[in-house]
Amino acid sequence: MTRSKLYVLIGTLLVAAMLLAACPAPAAPAQEAASEPAAEEAAPVDEVVEIEYWQYNFAARVDAMDQLIAQFEEANPNIKVVHNADIPYAEFRDKIAASVPAGVGPDVATLFYGWQSVWIDSGYLVPLPEDAFPPAMVSEKFSPMVQASFVEGTLYTLPTAVRALALFYNKDLMADAGLDPENPPSTLDELADQAAACTQRDDDGALVVEGFVADPSGQDHHWFREVLVRQFGGVPYSDDYSTVQYNDEAGLQAWNYLLAFHTDLATGDRDLFDGSTNAFVGGHVCFHVDGSFRLGTIANNNPDMNFGVTELPSHNGIKSTFGSYWTHGLTKKAAADQARFDAAVKFLQFITSADAGALWVDIVGELPAQLEAGSNPELLADEKLGAFAAGLEYSHATFFADESQQRQAIIDSFDMVVLTDEDPATALQIAADTDQEVLDDFWSSR
Amino acid sequence: MRLTLRQRQIIWAYLFMSVALVFFVVIRWYPTILAFNVSFRDWNVFEGSGTWVGLENYQEIWQDAGKPRSSVTAAFSNTVRYVLFGVPTQLVLALAVALLLSQIRSLSAVFRVAYFAPYVTSAVAVAFVWNWLYQPETGLINQALDLVGLPSQPFTKSPAQALPSITAVAVWQNLGFAVIIFLAGIQQIPGHYYEAARIDGANAWQLFWRITLPLLNPIIVYLTVLGTISYLRLFALVQNMSPQGTGGPLKSTTTVVLEVYREGFSSYKMGYAGALTVLLFFLILLITIIQLRFFSRRVEY
Repeated sequence: MTRSKLYVLIGTLLVAAMLLAACPAPAAPAQEAASEPAAEEAAPVDEVVEIEYWQYNFAARVDAMDQLIAQFEEANPNIKVVHNADIPYAEFRDKIAASVPAGVGPDVATLFYGWQSVWIDSGYLVPLPEDAFPPAMVSEKFSPMVQASFVEGTLYTLPTAVRALALFYNKDLMADAGLDPENPPSTLDELADQAAACTQRDDDGALVVEGFVADPSGQDHHWFREVLVRQFGGVPYSDDYSTVQYNDEAGLQAWNYLLAFHTDLATGDRDLFDGSTNAFVGGHVCFHVDGSFRLGTIANNNPDMNFGVTELPSHNGIKSTFGSYWTHGLTKKAAADQARFDAAVKFLQFITSADAGALWVDIVGELPAQLEAGSNPELLADEKLGAFAAGLEYSHATFFADESQQRQAIIDSFDMVVLTDEDPATALQIAADTDQEVLDDFWSSR
Repeated sequence: MRLTLRQRQIIWAYLFMSVALVFFVVIRWYPTILAFNVSFRDWNVFEGSGTWVGLENYQEIWQDAGKPRSSVTAAFSNTVRYVLFGVPTQLVLALAVALLLSQIRSLSAVFRVAYFAPYVTSAVAVAFVWNWLYQPETGLINQALDLVGLPSQPFTKSPAQALPSITAVAVWQNLGFAVIIFLAGIQQIPGHYYEAARIDGANAWQLFWRITLPLLNPIIVYLTVLGTISYLRLFALVQNMSPQGTGGPLKSTTTVVLEVYREGFSSYKMGYAGALTVLLFFLILLITIIQLRFFSRRVEY
């Protein structure tokens, strides 16, 4: 009896062990993939190569990319591009991470440029081949902010389009407040004055119309670092973005300027109307700093809003804007197979061309990354896009070691002042220390 | 080999149990063992393997915990606070509701469904609804406060109120489960104990303290252990109710599991996240053992 019990136990354990042994199976497809090139080299030359392209789900981007893929496949009948854009933005990074151990995933992936460091450090992206993407060509033809795609001198990604920040203003609310809707603020002082004049409260003191809502969890953390700090005479980071420098006198002035909208001027509350961006889109805010991608949001959600877009206000005669971009990289999955890698390179060349940028701006509203298409006079004269296009020549893109942590540092320090009455200078120093720690962590491991 | 009937029964029993066993081994134990392995490595999610670094990840957590405004410290202390606020509140409320429900005859099924519904609702949906209820100025709760002349409250937007606000939602969501278990327990108490006590002149209060509560002890232990574990693993509500899912404002609502997620899937530091997971595993194990050791006692009459 005890013996038979033992048999059963051993049998069960064997079954379990076999299943356990079968468990590393997810790694198997990757090995299969690695052994594929031999098979493909032997195949005839006109064999169709299939590559996979991933981006997050954003209707206009999906539409634009579908059109580009159709054009590309027509020009390259032996390459088939599988377009995966079903992943919501919030889950995009998780799905990418989950795809790797499963041995699936993209050959060409679109990522926010601020994520590059983390993706490169993790070995997911491979350098772009220099013969197909000569560094000199990139410097010459692409918007200067695209230099952020060089990590320690090596080019890893290239964008189709870039974005800059500009000032959105609600013309009707301005008119209601007795301001001239055709003369939006052109300096920081004017912005503060007009925002205060535009703010309306009801009898109980509750905000009805918000002049300006300072909200670092939106675009204002970028506005602070790359625009305000520079306008008050500072430089946010050292040239190689290894040292935080915004914790100086100029940085503190910029910080106080941003905080004043919340503390002294009280022109807005970021908790009202579902956050600053939704509040502007909903027509409750007079002035708002945002990117060109917001034009699409407004067109979809509040198409009748009477608003304008102008360049970010200057200060001390200094103009600046924050540039950023979604960029395309080649993954190690593509690099594992020469035929696929060649196809992926071709595809990347195609979607980063000036023509692709021109198509992109029409559909998505982001500006072409190649200067040739970006300096198009028609674009500069565009009532809405013109302000963004004008900003490209004086834009700065922050090099991020870890965008979400560096952003959180600014948000937390802003919260310390607004929610817990921390001294602004102390809070700014804490942000700088936290930010520096992230940078040190990144650079020390290189 | 000739098997007796009993032996054959045993074999069949093991065969049927092996299905569940295989499930647990593959879906639960294997990843758990893997998590231990990952925690000793500089494991990058994209590489799928990592170099062995021994206790380095644990040292890093220890160092991070010593820093000012540390996320790790906030995560562990918040997690403990969720348990301390959530579990007792949930138990007391659930017992009260169950006692009331056991008294009524009509509509009791309707009430049970009403209390149980939040438990089977997705945490994300619950979080969305409560986010709207908690909205500053315009939310239903603040409108109600306004009606009775009380000032508007920031709830999840304030570092002081955010954790209790989220705990309240967790209690609301888990209450139904505890109520149902309590109801089952109450119905198992033989009616003649109460009759005998009444004949001896016991009042309602004495009935509760001397009969109901002691006989519910196994249920209370069970719900305490399960409740504690569920609060120690709190994630979805925090992820969906704190600003941008970061466990803020100012880390006031972050939990260990949320930090695991952020380190693993936002910063891609799987080794570090794995080490945090292992620490949480031992925390849960330790607390559960202590609870079972000290709270379990048999009550017989």
